[in-house]
Amino acid sequence: MISVEVLIVALHYARSLPNRSLIMTDTSPPVTPSAFSTPPAAFWGGAREAAGVPMMVMGASFVGFGSMIHDLNWSVWHALFSTLSTWALPGQIAMAEMAYTGAPLAALVLAVGFINARLLPLVVSLLPHVRRADVAMWKYYAVAMLIAATSWVGTMRRLPDLRQDQRLHYLTGYGLALYLNMPLATVIGFYIAGQVPLPITLALVFLNPLYFLLLFLFDLHNAAKVLSLAFGAVLGPLLYQVAPDWSLIVTGLVGGTAAWWIGRSPWGRRVQDTWLKREVRHD
Amino acid sequence: MTEASMYSPFLAITLAAVATYAARAAGAFLSGKIGTESAVIDWITCVTYALLAGLVVRMIWMPIGALAATPDWMRFVAAGTGLAVFIVARKSVGLGVLSGTLTLIALTWNAF
Repeated sequence: MISVEVLIVALHYARSLPNRSLIMTDTSPPVTPSAFSTPPAAFWGGAREAAGVPMMVMGASFVGFGSMIHDLNWSVWHALFSTLSTWALPGQIAMAEMAYTGAPLAALVLAVGFINARLLPLVVSLLPHVRRADVAMWKYYAVAMLIAATSWVGTMRRLPDLRQDQRLHYLTGYGLALYLNMPLATVIGFYIAGQVPLPITLALVFLNPLYFLLLFLFDLHNAAKVLSLAFGAVLGPLLYQVAPDWSLIVTGLVGGTAAWWIGRSPWGRRVQDTWLKREVRHD
Repeated sequence: MTEASMYSPFLAITLAAVATYAARAAGAFLSGKIGTESAVIDWITCVTYALLAGLVVRMIWMPIGALAATPDWMRFVAAGTGLAVFIVARKSVGLGVLSGTLTLIALTWNAF
């Protein structure tokens, strides 16, 4: 029992480190160009670099997801299948919430589609770094499955320093190390939830909403994004009372579009320039 | 298995997975063809932010599952503690999440 609690605390504590990498301040050791001797060495080097803080942080979130699925009385197979097939946590959590509350499938797919559309620009910006004329097209589509926010942040700054023929190997090693360990974290979270006292299960389920909340508040430098958060936070609970089934997708479309439009207006630009610092781009 | 839904969880999971991979595949297809700074991508980001903000507030304020049995004030105090530590600890997401979840454990320990 004690060891489980220590594990949970350790996993939580590990989260204090990631936000440093999220804002891309460079805490990694200095990088020398072409640091790996061969492409296979780049693969294993990528896997090794992922197997530290990035894996702990991501793992803690997936432990929380596993606990959540247990809490909803779904089976461990549901949890495992979702992590293996989707491997993008905010969408998985929205999916479980909406399916549990009986939202229509169309609303569910639209919401998950929008949430995970954020992966599109990540893939678009990362793949040119690994593109080479002699690599088969399908490999890009395969490696795209391994791109999520964590692997993007972890590899994006490193790739330009590597030799061209090592980059795809490095990215694959990094992404695969994360991808293959998240099912494990999911299952651990699922079974922890059944074993520990209820307050700890509650805390594990509470972990992801709180994590996302703080992650959102981390970067408030873009007027349109700040407005999106504010509109969403107000509209979400409000619309849920009126029309629970479609409330999330309407919240996103109405709140997000309004924020986007205001952000582009002369007023929004003035607020951006006057009150908010110049945006530091990260995703 | 679920209380209200009419479809199986596997169907929901599969469709969510397809919707997710669609974004990755579209990214692979468009990579090199479009830039990452466009009005459309900004709009998608805004919609995502609003949607997730709505979901997060709902999960804390009107949770489902076992959390629904906890009084609102416990979740608010836990989230507030996490937020306060996050701010005091100069935007440490880790310390914020740790203190918030520990607060919830402390508050609920004798309540159940």
